[in-house]
Amino acid sequence: MDPMVLIAALYVFALAAFLGYQVISRVPPLLHTPLMSATNAISGISLVGSLVIAGAYRFDLQKLLAGGSGAHASWATLMGFVAVFTATVNVVSGFGLTDRMLRMFRKDIKKKEAAK
Amino acid sequence: MDTQAIQHVVQSPNYILEFTYLVASILFIWGLKSLSHPDTARRGMHLAEAGMAAAILGTLFHHDIHFFGWIIAGLILGSMVGAAFAIWVPMTAMPQRTALSHAFGAVAAALVGIAEFTMHAGTMSMFTRSALGLEVMLGTLTTTGSLIACGKLQGFIRGTPVQFKGQQFLNLLIFVGMIGCFGHVLYDPLASGYFYGMVALGFLFGVMLVIPIGSADMPVVMSLLNSYAGLSSAATGFVLGNNILIIAGTLDGFSGFILSILMCKAMNRSITNVLFGGFGSVHHEAGPGATGEMREISLEDAAVRLAYAGKVVFVPGYGLATAQAQHAVRDLANALEARGVTVKYGIHPVAGRMPGHMNVLLAEANVPYGDLYEMETINPELDSTDVAVVVGANDVVNPDARDNPNSPIAGMPIIEVDKAKTVIVLKRGQGRGFSGLENPLFFKQNTSMLYGDAKNTLSQLAQEVKNV
Repeated sequence: MDPMVLIAALYVFALAAFLGYQVISRVPPLLHTPLMSATNAISGISLVGSLVIAGAYRFDLQKLLAGGSGAHASWATLMGFVAVFTATVNVVSGFGLTDRMLRMFRKDIKKKEAAK
Repeated sequence: MDTQAIQHVVQSPNYILEFTYLVASILFIWGLKSLSHPDTARRGMHLAEAGMAAAILGTLFHHDIHFFGWIIAGLILGSMVGAAFAIWVPMTAMPQRTALSHAFGAVAAALVGIAEFTMHAGTMSMFTRSALGLEVMLGTLTTTGSLIACGKLQGFIRGTPVQFKGQQFLNLLIFVGMIGCFGHVLYDPLASGYFYGMVALGFLFGVMLVIPIGSADMPVVMSLLNSYAGLSSAATGFVLGNNILIIAGTLDGFSGFILSILMCKAMNRSITNVLFGGFGSVHHEAGPGATGEMREISLEDAAVRLAYAGKVVFVPGYGLATAQAQHAVRDLANALEARGVTVKYGIHPVAGRMPGHMNVLLAEANVPYGDLYEMETINPELDSTDVAVVVGANDVVNPDARDNPNSPIAGMPIIEVDKAKTVIVLKRGQGRGFSGLENPLFFKQNTSMLYGDAKNTLSQLAQEVKNV
């Protein structure tokens, strides 16, 4: 990695860490389970790395079975595929469950019930 | 066209992609910020979802992607399994689902790292290799660690700590071996044997890290694994030179880290104690413990006491989740509120098996979130509470934590139900709780025990209260 790119990446890391600390400290304990589910879904963004690996090389079953360094590209594709699968599960179930949980947190239930 | 212009055209889609990533990062942060209040949370998370969709769609146009078969298969299978989880996982199973998702996130990061190593080991800079090593070590140990945690929570593996002689020493050996392999790979990138050794030791270390920890300590473990999974994603970002991965991974890592600190405080354990895995083992010498007689109360008497109370506080614990009693609590509370009784809920930060577990269960049962009180807010109110009802909680209401400096849980902040005028404890049987500690609360003058399945008992109480 080019040193300037590395330094830029470290900047991003440091600022994200600071921002993360500020933002997440303000989440009330009430919402800690949805928070965990939401951050999980968001870190499923590692999917973008998995996609590139799953689609960068030609998969060749013969070379895979032959083994050796010729099999590397096919192995990488397979690992990329599994990573795409698990990361997608996290993104879809993480956001889905977060929404399902957040839908349940309401303050006006009493009024509605009283209206009935 | 000269070469520079060609290069420009080839790379230009990546400017658009990088910009999409930037927008997605901002939407992620916005989404997390919206979680600071339940009223804004949903809309914020929808923005984060939109950011995620844009980032994924944009990546499909990445100039390194040439073959789409495996990608499409992975996306479709993953979406199907993910949607099934999102629709059918019951709220009581949230802890095991969360543990599983940490494993999934970590395994994705580890596999990306391993694939990168097999393809590009020779051309990586020292820095990229060290980030890759961190990514793979954190990824592998989090994968197996989370799977073990999930197995314990689901009941596939016994929840009691697994301990043996020399365990700490063995763990140290594994850890040193893993770091040693890592160090070797740093200096000799072509030593793939050492690299795969590091992978294997990482998987093994994850198992060893979590087996000695009991189920009751799961909130800390979950938060910590959350943190490791996030940091491993952030390390992936360094390896691939991808800022959105660094940002999202760091946010996830810090969220887990903050939660672990909060959970540690709520159990009066130090973070170093947690980081080195030597916890969950202190509970064996229960000491002389409290003695005396526990007073049992009949269902009818309990109902009468509740019905004529001015203020009732429910304190739920993991027993509420195992008995699936959240709806029954709500029914009883409804019956009481119909009689003009004030009902509140006191939630201890480590009640249940993951941070915020009790809040989600009660919200599912339509308890308005305004009635859910944090430990610090409910404690001053307990003096003026007529009846405190403990539902399947034990350690979090154990007065020994406050009064007995020799208690293994000394110093742990508790919900001080013993200050209420009377206490009713709903409990499955007379045995000790998970921690194996005697709870002097149960022997106090103003405490009455009501044995049985929490869900049944609460439904019957609701019925009785309506008949009073």
